[in-house]
Amino acid sequence: MRVALLVTHIRAEEKLILAAFNRRGISPDIMLDRELNFDISGGIEQLAPSGLAWSAYDLIFERCVSTSRGMYALAVLNSWGIRSFNSYETAAICADKVRTSIALTQRSIPQPHTRVAFTPDSAMQAIEDVKYPAVLKPVTGSWGRLLARVHNRDSAEAILEHRQTLGDYNHHIYYVQEYVDKPGRDIRAFVVGDRTIAAIYRASNHWITNTARGGLATNCPVTAQLDDICVRAAAAVGGGILAIDLLEDARGNYVVNEINHTMEFRNSSEPTGVDIAQEVIDYVIGQAEAVA
Amino acid sequence: MTEGTPLCPECDADVEIPSDAMENELVACAECGIELEIMRLDPIELELAPEVEEDWGE
Repeated sequence: MRVALLVTHIRAEEKLILAAFNRRGISPDIMLDRELNFDISGGIEQLAPSGLAWSAYDLIFERCVSTSRGMYALAVLNSWGIRSFNSYETAAICADKVRTSIALTQRSIPQPHTRVAFTPDSAMQAIEDVKYPAVLKPVTGSWGRLLARVHNRDSAEAILEHRQTLGDYNHHIYYVQEYVDKPGRDIRAFVVGDRTIAAIYRASNHWITNTARGGLATNCPVTAQLDDICVRAAAAVGGGILAIDLLEDARGNYVVNEINHTMEFRNSSEPTGVDIAQEVIDYVIGQAEAVA
Repeated sequence: MTEGTPLCPECDADVEIPSDAMENELVACAECGIELEIMRLDPIELELAPEVEEDWGE
């Protein structure tokens, strides 16, 4: 089996993934997204940066930290019939919080009350509709960047003016959510295919609990209830290898906050005792072999 | 400076390279904290890692 690992650069996760492939006797070709140069209508026999034709690859494993590069690379490669994890469709939905919210709604999966608006005036109305405190997020973004918890109209006006004046067109899509008063933590669950293989609590004194922002990871038991909502959420965005971020509301019910399609897990194998990289790669190889 | 130890292109400090380092791996300078990319392994060549862009993440 010939595998291409598509990356922006090598991080801890990519080294773990490569080691997991190696344990299965596979040495992926590493391809840097900065070296890609597709002739979109040129077809599958054109050469990849490795010097081999793209047709030589059974599978692309996409791990780009650049969401846009990874997503468009998958768009091209999937259009030529090359299988990838995740698929372009899944990546495109997860990369866009509006599309993720729509997908969750279509499958009746609980999520925070969410509105989208396109001007500062309508965004102000959206904020007041979900009530204070409200949360503003960019539609594309990660690691807790540029999130704003808005407590009153003064703050809302300031943030909206800044977004409208300083941001590009992406920031003029106002994605507004109710603030979920979670118990000082959220949950990051790892779904591989149709299984939730592990989950962590991410605890922080800050309302943003991402581990990229200092959230502390501890094991979260995967109950039948947690597994059910996570697997359904993963299926809603097309399935694959996904990290589901959930919040616990005041009544202890789960709501799905975000879904990540190129998940980071370097801090999660130790507290959970699950070799996440190996679980992922065993699944990927199994899926590829099932098709071959 | 330790012979053969690469220097941080930002602050000139020695940069510790893990024994299992790979090309295009990110490492951090322990002295100034800046993120670096290993462009070549033999001999080791470091460059400043690209700035994080707005669409970077998971």
